[in-house]
Amino acid sequence: MGALGYASSPAAYAVYTVAATIVIGLYLTLTGYGESFDVGSYLLAISPYMWASTGIALAIGLSVVGAAWGIFAVGASILGAGVKAPRITTKNLVSIIFCEAVAIYGIIVAIVFSAKLGAVSTYTAASYFTGYAIFWSGVTVGLCNVACGVAVGLTGSSTALADAHDSQLFVKVLVIGIFGSVIGMFGLIVALLQTGKAPDFKV
Amino acid sequence: MLTFNVDDGYLEGIVRGFRSGLLSSSQYMNLTQCETLEDMKLQLSATDYGNFLANEPPPLTTSVYFARLTERLVADFAYLRANAVGRAGKFLEYLTYAYMIDNVILLITGTLHQRDASELLDKCHPLGWFDAMPALTVATTIQDLYSVALVETPLGPYFKNCLSSHDLDELNIEIIRNTLYKAYLEDFYRFVTTELDDVTADTMKAILEFEADRRVINITINSFGTELSKDDRYKLFPNFGKLYPEGAARLARVDDVDAVKAVLEGYPDYRHLFDTADNKTLEDRFFEREVQLNKFAFMSQFQFGVYYAILRLREQEVRNIVWIAECVAQGQRDRINNYVTIF
Repeated sequence: MGALGYASSPAAYAVYTVAATIVIGLYLTLTGYGESFDVGSYLLAISPYMWASTGIALAIGLSVVGAAWGIFAVGASILGAGVKAPRITTKNLVSIIFCEAVAIYGIIVAIVFSAKLGAVSTYTAASYFTGYAIFWSGVTVGLCNVACGVAVGLTGSSTALADAHDSQLFVKVLVIGIFGSVIGMFGLIVALLQTGKAPDFKV
Repeated sequence: MLTFNVDDGYLEGIVRGFRSGLLSSSQYMNLTQCETLEDMKLQLSATDYGNFLANEPPPLTTSVYFARLTERLVADFAYLRANAVGRAGKFLEYLTYAYMIDNVILLITGTLHQRDASELLDKCHPLGWFDAMPALTVATTIQDLYSVALVETPLGPYFKNCLSSHDLDELNIEIIRNTLYKAYLEDFYRFVTTELDDVTADTMKAILEFEADRRVINITINSFGTELSKDDRYKLFPNFGKLYPEGAARLARVDDVDAVKAVLEGYPDYRHLFDTADNKTLEDRFFEREVQLNKFAFMSQFQFGVYYAILRLREQEVRNIVWIAECVAQGQRDRINNYVTIF
């Protein structure tokens, strides 16, 4: 029973994978097909449309994840704190608006990039450049917006609780959240810079 | 912290709302200026308590105050329990076990002395209510009591480690209570440090360690002049806390209050407990320290320590108001300021 347990543990899977890789690698090398393991030609065989579309998907998808994370964090706190202090409910919607701005950065980037898509007859170096640029820009803005959404959301939750306790604290704690929302702006700017020089897909 | 608000964000907001409703020092001052209990009722109607005494027939007494204040506390706690899920629900359950232990001991003693069942049930603390409480009152032998308490309450594991039904007969009921409470504290400490996140653990460790040390000191002082042997005394000490292991071992051997003072000299947190500068009792100093630790619990967000803290601070508020009411009702205003200010 112990041996069977070991045979399916994560360490065992790692060992199997490494062993299989070594066996396949040696087989290819020793039978003269070593050059068929070509990472470069594999990457070139992936269409730049795939890269570009994935980038656009990540831009909007990850940005929305960040915004949603922030919004639920703020919303739960406003709901709880608003029971005792209903006056905070309207003012603290500004934290939710800051989280929403994060999703808007994502959609700006997605729309701008999807305008670059078009039909080409053959892939040129320029089209590969555009594909890679759009992919990594999408990753940039997406991950930055996840971080920004979480930051603004958690500080927005603290803002709601501080405001419920003492209304003079509202603006002071909100400033922290405003600084957090600048992170998303950074992601947007860098993403637009990355694709600034990328030409549209055209024939 | 990142996903805390999914399940527990609403309740944290509610608990912080309760915290901002605690009476402030200026409101306590107003209460101490009152001449009668009716005046106090008027002052309290301006606070979060509102018209909680509206339906009480005159004359008001301090026991009515105590009953209504506790009722409000229990209702608020019941709201928290109704809305808590997952680990928060388990944490709130742990908070009720202390009261359940008191209720079980009360019922066992009362039933053995043939007291009236409904009178006993009235005396039980509502926060420690469990469904089988009436069943405990109809049990006739020790065995029945023990098996009902073991099976129907979540306190079963605490009985298991220390007692058998044979012991329930012979051992002093206070020793049973203290043994159960020791097992409960140790279990709660284990729960907080292993199963919850570290922010809660940081807050609750400080509070629970103080609770353990407080029990060590109280058990030591209360056992002077009784026939509790030193080994039995040591067996009642919890196995965590600042005084564990050396301080507890030394306190298990002492015989008078001066020796206790000497042992505590080595612990900066507890050195001041026996100062005779102002006439506060040891109990008062313990309450003050407890209030201080519970106020610290509100300094962090996204943790469960605030539930424990609000329960203890509300209890302290009830004690304060009842103390002031007693002083006002009896006209003895010289010690009316002996309450522990919270904010």
